[in-house]
Amino acid sequence: MIDYDYRKPGNLEEVFNLLREYGPKATLVAGGTDVMVKIKNTKKAPEILISLRGLKELCYIRKNGDYHIGALTTHTMLEKSDLVQEELTALYEGASRIGSVQIRNVATIGGNICNAAPSADTAGPLLVLDAQVLIEGPEGKRRVPITEFFTGTYKTVRKEDEVVTGLQIPVEMEQFGSAYWKQSRRKAMNLPIVGIAVSLRLDNKTISESRIALTVAAPTPIRAYKAEEFLAGKPMDDEVLAEAGRIAASEASPRDSIRGKEWYRRDMIAVFVPRMARLAAERR
Amino acid sequence: MKKVLVSFTLNGDPVTADVPVTWTLLKTLREYFELTGAKEGCGVGECGACTVIMDGQAINSCLCPISEVEGKSVTTIEGIAHKDGSLHPIQKAFLENNGVQCGFCTSGMIMSSKALLDHNPDPTEDDIRKSIAGNFCRCTGYVQIVESVEMAAKEGE
Repeated sequence: MIDYDYRKPGNLEEVFNLLREYGPKATLVAGGTDVMVKIKNTKKAPEILISLRGLKELCYIRKNGDYHIGALTTHTMLEKSDLVQEELTALYEGASRIGSVQIRNVATIGGNICNAAPSADTAGPLLVLDAQVLIEGPEGKRRVPITEFFTGTYKTVRKEDEVVTGLQIPVEMEQFGSAYWKQSRRKAMNLPIVGIAVSLRLDNKTISESRIALTVAAPTPIRAYKAEEFLAGKPMDDEVLAEAGRIAASEASPRDSIRGKEWYRRDMIAVFVPRMARLAAERR
Repeated sequence: MKKVLVSFTLNGDPVTADVPVTWTLLKTLREYFELTGAKEGCGVGECGACTVIMDGQAINSCLCPISEVEGKSVTTIEGIAHKDGSLHPIQKAFLENNGVQCGFCTSGMIMSSKALLDHNPDPTEDDIRKSIAGNFCRCTGYVQIVESVEMAAKEGE
C-alpha cells in the first residue's frame, strides 16, 4: 500500500520548516506530472510530499530589466505569453511541445528543470538563453547558471533543504534570436529523441555570438561549446552552419535507447543545428 | 492512513470529501462521489480518459492529489448536460457524428473539447487536434471526433 502525507504550505518559510523537519523523507512536488507518475510507477513514496502550489507569488513572467520567470509558472502560461513567444522564442517552442494541454496546464518550469531529465524540453531553451536558476534555502538565496545546474541524470545542485524559486534571463538576450527543435515521432505526448536549441546574435551577416544546446545527447542537457566557438565571427552560410552541426554532433555523447540510436541522434544534431541557427537568425 | 477533508465545487454544487490524503481527484470522483464518467486508463497522465475541468482548465484528474482541489471548481462529464436532462451541444455533436465508438475515451474527449470551446469558440482544425492531443482513442476514430468538435463549435455560434 502506498502511503504518504501531503502538505500544502502557504509560504516559503513553512516549506523550509517542513524540509528541516523531514529532510530526506520529504519530496517537493509542484504540478505532479513527474512526481505522481514516479510514485505510481515505482509503488514507492516518500514519507511526505510538500506541495509548492500554494506559493502563488512564484507564478509570474515579467520583463523588468532582465526577464524573470517564477518556478511555479506553468507551461501553459509560458505558451500563452506574448513576451515569451516574441522575445524568448526557443522557450515558447520548448514549453508548448511538452506533453498535452492537460499536462501543460499543471506542469511547471521549475519542476521541469528540477526533475532534470536529459530530455527536459525547457532545458535546451534555458541553456541558450543563458538563464540563471534562483535557489532559496534556510541560509538565504543563491543563483546558479543553468550550465552548472544539472549535475547528472535526474540530479541537480539543489540541496535537500532548498527550493528553486525562479529563473532569470539577462536582458541582453533580446538581441538574440532563438529556436528549439524537438525531434520526436509524434507531435504530442512524446519525449524528444533529441532536442536542439540555438540562439545567436548577428552583426551584419556575421555571427557575433551564439549558443547551442543539446538534450538527450548526454547524461544531462549540454551546451556545444566547440561548435559555438567555431561559429564566432563566421558568416551565416550553409558550409559554416553544416560544419557547426558536425562539430556539435561530435560533442554529444548520446546513447542507444528505445527512442533512438546513437548514430541517429548524432545525425539529427548535424541536421538541426544549421536549421535552428537559420531560424534563430530570421528571428533577429 | 491519514485522511483529509477537502471542500470544493463539483458540477456547480458545494461538496466536501473525507478521503485518504493519497487519493487523487479521479479516485475521489469515482469512489467517493460515485461519478464514474471520468475513467482511469493509464493512470499516469498519458491517455486523457480521466480529463476533467478544474478552474477552467482541462487536467488529468488521475495526477491531481485531492488536497490540490480545496477551494477549486471542478466540472466532470456528469455536470455539462442541462438541468432538464437535455445534452450539451458537444455531447449532441458526438452522437450525431459517430464521435463515440467504444466510449472509453469519450468523457475525456468531451471535457478537453469543452475546455477548448469555452476559451476559443471558433477553433481551427489544428486547434482542435492540439487540444485533444492528450486524449487517446484506441478505436482510432479521430476524424469523427474532430468533426464532432467542429460541429459543436458551429452550433455554438
